Amino acid sequence: MLYRENGQFKTTYAADQQIFPIAQDKWFVLGLIAFAFIGVPLLADEYLFRAILIPFLILALAALGVNLLVGYCGQITLGAGAFMAVGAYAAYNFLVRIDGMPLLGAILLGGLTTAGVGILFGIPSLRVRGLYLAVATLAAQFFCDWAFLRIKWFTNDSSSGSVSVSNLEMLGWSIDAPVEKYLFCLGIIVLFGLLAKNMTRATIGRQWMAIRDMDVAAEVIGIRPMFAKLSAFAVSSFFVGVAGALWGFVHLGSWEPAAFSVDRSFQLLFMVIIGGLGSIMGSFFGAAFIVVLPIFLNQFLPALGHLVGVSISTAAVSHAELIIFGSLIVFFLIVEPHGLARLWSIAKEKLRLWPFPH
Amino acid sequence: MKFRSLALAAALATVGLTATIASPSAQAQAKEQFFPVIVYRTGAYAANGAPWANGYVDYLKLVNAKGGINGVKLSFEECETGYATDRGVECYERLKGKGATLFQPLSTGITFALTEKAPADKIPLITAGYGRSESQNGAVFSWNFPLLGTYWVGADVAVQHIAKQLGGADKLKGKKIALVYHDSPYGKEPIPVLQELSKTLGFELQLLPVAHPGVEQKATWLQIRQSRPDNVLLWGWGVMNSTALKEAQATGFPREKMIGIWWAGAEPDVKDVGAGAKGYTALTLQHGAEPNSKVVKDMLDLVHAKGQGTGPKDEVGSVLYMRGLISAMLGVEGVRKAQERYGKGKVMTGEQVRWGLENLDLDQKVLDGMGFAGVMRPVQTSCLDHMGSSWVRVHTWDGGKWNFSTPDWYQANEKVLRPMVMLASGKYAEEKKITPRTPEQCKQ
Repeated sequence: MLYRENGQFKTTYAADQQIFPIAQDKWFVLGLIAFAFIGVPLLADEYLFRAILIPFLILALAALGVNLLVGYCGQITLGAGAFMAVGAYAAYNFLVRIDGMPLLGAILLGGLTTAGVGILFGIPSLRVRGLYLAVATLAAQFFCDWAFLRIKWFTNDSSSGSVSVSNLEMLGWSIDAPVEKYLFCLGIIVLFGLLAKNMTRATIGRQWMAIRDMDVAAEVIGIRPMFAKLSAFAVSSFFVGVAGALWGFVHLGSWEPAAFSVDRSFQLLFMVIIGGLGSIMGSFFGAAFIVVLPIFLNQFLPALGHLVGVSISTAAVSHAELIIFGSLIVFFLIVEPHGLARLWSIAKEKLRLWPFPH
Repeated sequence: MKFRSLALAAALATVGLTATIASPSAQAQAKEQFFPVIVYRTGAYAANGAPWANGYVDYLKLVNAKGGINGVKLSFEECETGYATDRGVECYERLKGKGATLFQPLSTGITFALTEKAPADKIPLITAGYGRSESQNGAVFSWNFPLLGTYWVGADVAVQHIAKQLGGADKLKGKKIALVYHDSPYGKEPIPVLQELSKTLGFELQLLPVAHPGVEQKATWLQIRQSRPDNVLLWGWGVMNSTALKEAQATGFPREKMIGIWWAGAEPDVKDVGAGAKGYTALTLQHGAEPNSKVVKDMLDLVHAKGQGTGPKDEVGSVLYMRGLISAMLGVEGVRKAQERYGKGKVMTGEQVRWGLENLDLDQKVLDGMGFAGVMRPVQTSCLDHMGSSWVRVHTWDGGKWNFSTPDWYQANEKVLRPMVMLASGKYAEEKKITPRTPEQCKQ
């Protein structure tokens, strides 16, 4: 009843080309963003910020980057964790080696460096595709793990190989409190989300999708596969690199290469698959699913046991968490192979017909 | 369609349940000192993490069975990290919200991450035998307590032990020592000290990293077979240790020439290898396996006999169990010391506990009274020295159990370590723009 576009006439091309052509969608998303900026800081406590919201936002940004590459351009990557590491270490080096380097500058330069590395490891995509490409990008993972463990220059000759960043400051605004860190991440992710959405609606995004759907046909109609594929690698790596820098700088504060292991790469790929390939919204759903659900289960199961009078050991909870988490992944993939984003759009379609379904 | 409605119903039910569950746990617990227990009972290092956790929790139960700390009972909650840094940070945030006043992160990676967060939250971190070595300097690292020794102490004592076997430090000249280490901050910690010692004593140091989790060591031991070092130092954790011992057996490297750090010197490390590890020695953090000590007997009588034991009974007194137990003891004694100043029978805050840990004075009489006779030596901390003691013993695996073959105690050479600690902590202070505390500020 409420969600219906009757009477919303578009009289200009500009109105037709909006991101959210339906007014209800637009107001909903704007309201959500406003709530995230104003409402959440008033409501959430420190635990929610530091343990859930900040990691969720950062990994959603990383998943968004992976989604551009895997979901929009159809190039499977298993090197996302490595690209996060490149972003984090590059930003760290820019920050400590150049005097007076602003925080945002370091993070963006970290992202740009990652884009360069992404192009380098994207070159095999010009020849190999599918699973073979996944294996080729896995090489990026192993190479970066090795490089950050062994080459001391990257860690500023830290004896333990662990680097740390503190006293984050941007334009005189010192980012210390959890709520400030949250707002900083949120600002970045909103900008990058908008950027990604617009890119996928523009020429470059359409080229990626053409390559994804059939690269030979795309080439015939005049799309350069080399440009399309490498630009997808570059943009995706840029996003992932910025996320990596945020993960190191804002979330962990001190990190080692193990924070960006191959597990992280798989985690990001799962986020994209579960959230929905080729959907901006899906990246957020996927990140929420992977970040929040294990933590939720970990706290919920003992509480549930307590309620029925059974005390469950920590190890049992941890095992159960993995079992339930794994079976939910399988469940969602069977029920909705197109990801959580597809469930979302189905819900919207139903809502348009409600209360008179046919 | 049925599936979908089922999923929806399940989701709604969970949300509803959480709402009902969340409310009682929010109640503040009065008159109880809350101890967070960060553990890893699952994952690659579970075999070592579980006994530690059992010992830790058992000791808290023992304190409660004896009436608490001056009447203040201890409450505790476990949080599983699986040795992952990001889960560790989540645990820290979760348990911090429940009133934690001290943390024992039990992983070098988590320690590094929490070192950045603890000062802002005013919660002390105890890293008994692990963590950052330079955090011994309490003037810079006000909230870190690497009690009972650091990896730098371990590296120094390992070299002392080799020198003693050879019959003097001058005999080390021209020898070759290989360090087989876990390729993580934990494994890399001893390198600066070993490099420094190799310069002054004239031995050659060979560095051989092993990637996490350490099951693939064929190449490493091939290198050892080629270069034939005189001694191998093993800085491993979990499955890496038993793998290293098996590889040493396969390549014929004498186990007598291998020295493990304290995390490579417990039962799970050698049990699978059994007789193959005979002669392997490991440093101990004062204590080894102590099944005959009084505190273990108390534990069996007061906790396990009442069916309240956390883990299996036969594990009580094993090396890692004892380490968990002693770690808990140090935390409890910190709180007890704090109560002496801020009011007996009161619940302490993080800052008060820090004062307690900083002024810890466990002399032999106190330790004997608590049942730690023969287990450990006195610990005395101060504002500038957050380590408290650097006593180390060496024990040897005889194929069935750990024995103290040489009853001597070693102590780290402060002349070598202190300048390194000051240098490294100074560098950290400079990077983080921390002004080290002056002795006057310490007295407050």
